[in-house]
Amino acid sequence: MARMKFICDAERCIECNGCVTACKAEHAVPWGVNRRRVVTLNDGVPGEKSISVACMHCSDAPCMAVCPVDCFYRTAEGVVLHDKDTCIGCGYCSYACPFGAPQFPSSGTFGMRGKMDKCTFCAGGPEAHGSEAENEKYGRNRLAEGKLPACAEMCATKALLGGDGDVVADIFRIRVTRRNKGSEVWGWGTAYGKPSSGSPAPKASKS
Amino acid sequence: MRHPLFTVVGLAVLVGLAACAEKPQVAGTRVAGSPAYLGTGNSAYTAGGWKAGDATSWEDGMRARTQSGQNEYVRSGGR
Repeated sequence: MARMKFICDAERCIECNGCVTACKAEHAVPWGVNRRRVVTLNDGVPGEKSISVACMHCSDAPCMAVCPVDCFYRTAEGVVLHDKDTCIGCGYCSYACPFGAPQFPSSGTFGMRGKMDKCTFCAGGPEAHGSEAENEKYGRNRLAEGKLPACAEMCATKALLGGDGDVVADIFRIRVTRRNKGSEVWGWGTAYGKPSSGSPAPKASKS
Repeated sequence: MRHPLFTVVGLAVLVGLAACAEKPQVAGTRVAGSPAYLGTGNSAYTAGGWKAGDATSWEDGMRARTQSGQNEYVRSGGR
């Protein structure tokens, strides 16, 4: 089964915020909630780099580990989703997430924290695919429609790649080989583990 | 023979501490959703090139969509 992942190519991102807009429009995300954001490092300085940040659907997701009501689950495609009917809006996942993905809508008289909202990799929630209830709570389910996340498909420079991890990694590898720079895959080590973790270190060859 | 007070106090302590026992914890039966390849059942918004309910068809469709939509080296003929 496919294992869905995001890659943001910092060499290509031009900080247009097209991914942010696509996400907001596709899922009718309310004010104050940004499932995806563009972060610019060394803004205004020559050589600045921008990256598009959202939930990376980690292999060993810390949000899942800390949730006191166990509202997170992983789909067959490797997407980390949550059940808003179970979420109590405690915010533990927000503290645990290294990407700042969990968002909390402020609602009510005193701006009370609502149920958590985050990137779903356009895979909806636990309700029936394409149902009204799913659309209301989590937005559109593009994966069940045979489509890729709206942010990745909308990206003008194709800086943001989304899809099966093996396929997007191959696409990124071709780019790096052609341009001969920018091989750093932002966030992959944090989200999916370092290449060396869990496997023995390669033996040094004697010459 | 022991003083009956010891027996009463002992029983009271036992009853009192019984409430401190840990309750058995059972993992919940949370619904984890169904696989995406089952489709939405609404063909109006579904992309073509794959058959709902067929996992292999869905994966092939997604792979083709990723390559054609995000890999410009494929779209431009590898130039």
